[in-house]
Amino acid sequence: MLIIKGLTKYFAKNSPHETLALDNFNLRVGKGDFVTIIGSNGAGKSTLLNLIAGTLQQDKGEIRLSGEMINNQPEYQRARWIGRVFQNPLLGTAPYMAVEENLSLSLKREKRGLRLGINENLRNFFREKLSELNLGLEDNISKKVGLLSGGQRQAMTMLMATMFKPKVLLLDEHTAALDPESSKKILKLTQDLVMERQGDLITLMVTHNMKQALEVGNRTVMMDRGRNIFDIQGEEREKINVDDLVRQFSILGNRKDKYIEDRMVLI
Amino acid sequence: MPISLFLHALEQGLVFGIMVLGVFITYKILDFPDLTVEGSFPLGAAVVAKVIFSGGDPLLGTFLAIIAGSLAGLITGLLHTKLKLTNLLSGILTMTLLYSVNLRIMGRPNIPLLGKVTLLGEIENYFPNLSMDYLIPFFFLFLVVILKFIIDYFLSTEIGLTIIATGDNEQMIKSLGVNTDLTKLMGLCISNALVALSGALFAQYSGFADVNMGLGTIVAGLACVIIGISIIKIPTIFWRTIAVLVGSLVYRLIMIIALRYGYSFGFKPGDLKMISVLLVIIALSVPFIKGKLNFADRFNLGRKDLQNNNGKEV
Repeated sequence: MLIIKGLTKYFAKNSPHETLALDNFNLRVGKGDFVTIIGSNGAGKSTLLNLIAGTLQQDKGEIRLSGEMINNQPEYQRARWIGRVFQNPLLGTAPYMAVEENLSLSLKREKRGLRLGINENLRNFFREKLSELNLGLEDNISKKVGLLSGGQRQAMTMLMATMFKPKVLLLDEHTAALDPESSKKILKLTQDLVMERQGDLITLMVTHNMKQALEVGNRTVMMDRGRNIFDIQGEEREKINVDDLVRQFSILGNRKDKYIEDRMVLI
Repeated sequence: MPISLFLHALEQGLVFGIMVLGVFITYKILDFPDLTVEGSFPLGAAVVAKVIFSGGDPLLGTFLAIIAGSLAGLITGLLHTKLKLTNLLSGILTMTLLYSVNLRIMGRPNIPLLGKVTLLGEIENYFPNLSMDYLIPFFFLFLVVILKFIIDYFLSTEIGLTIIATGDNEQMIKSLGVNTDLTKLMGLCISNALVALSGALFAQYSGFADVNMGLGTIVAGLACVIIGISIIKIPTIFWRTIAVLVGSLVYRLIMIIALRYGYSFGFKPGDLKMISVLLVIIALSVPFIKGKLNFADRFNLGRKDLQNNNGKEV
């Protein structure tokens, strides 16, 4: 269970440029939930993921994972339970390191020692995992990651974010920077990898694409100006379509005047 | 060209090669241009000279030099990670600090070691039948090869991989559960320990320690690294450490030839630093002159500014 209570985050606090990025944000996500998060630019979606992962520090509020308060732990400690995939496919992998080295780094996230980072057993395990991606990477295990395409790198990052069996998976518009074909593949891969964990994983996926937000996962949260304004799941979510969602967004976000604009941005 | 020139280049290339391995770890692995080496090289020399001059055991002195070097790296690392100073400024501060420290350690600007028993002298006593001319290069070669393999092994361990990743993609490796402050500190300590060891051995080899002997260490180190990886372009750790050692040998050979024959071209000894810089510039501009930079060249030369960000190709 991931419980987020009263989470508040300012940028440039106490300056003329002070912005409230998250405003008393609340969310409870149970094991097995796959939540898609939507909202316009500046709604606080990425800030939320950065606070959960520990890249940013909150100003107020708390984050609990399986009962343990994690909001004061540094990012590297939370990484034991949290897998992340970023929008930019270049961020999730180390370009001048080999495929197998990247995988090895992501597999063991604590108590690293003076054992060799890669051995024959691990290599076989990596080959097996890579072959499931159907990208032919299993035959290029010692190739430098920088020589792979953006789609291939993002697929690797997906694998790295799930292979170590995290409790939480954070996806930040991870298909947005890819071409349509790769984007589709990565989304499919995401669903497969999440399915593999059979209700044992909490997934939060930020997306700009309303259609995607309703098709993937089992719950959708809508954010506006740092607040959780709309949260649907189950039957209610199945009945709703993209247009309803945009309309909801305009009403709840008190942005009636911006309906057309929102439609343009969100669909 | 007389054979003794080659032997000199070999000896110096190997002694300085240890320093080059250190510079390689910070500059290429950690992506941290560490100016501390300008101070930690003479620091190693100062410590060992002080110990030997006061009648101490040269092996102990060499060992203390290694410790002192790693402490110097630690200071730079703490300035950078805890006080959030930039990497260049952290190195400059420590380097300047070490100038005073080195003077304090030695008590004067220069300590001659002629007539004292150094590590090399002890080794000579151990093998009385062998000629010093071949014994010293052999000893240095032995030491450098051992260090090379230790570094190779270390960089392929779990911890070693996190150090490489810190230099390659810091944001990623943080999100994979690594405290990058710690990996930077480790890298800097190891690097400066190697540089100080190199300084300690050079002092015993050349028979003196001088407070100014670190001047230009960083450019020499960079020149060796860059020359080496321009010659050998295989991007595995095993070959890259060989490459920088080869770079060190080539660089010393060029320097010795410049010293020996430079007069006929109007060069003076003071021009050596200029020659080092020209070597660095030439080695870095070869791919430009050839007309294009490919992945391997960027990898080798560390031109991060030339990486594009469109996600298609790095």
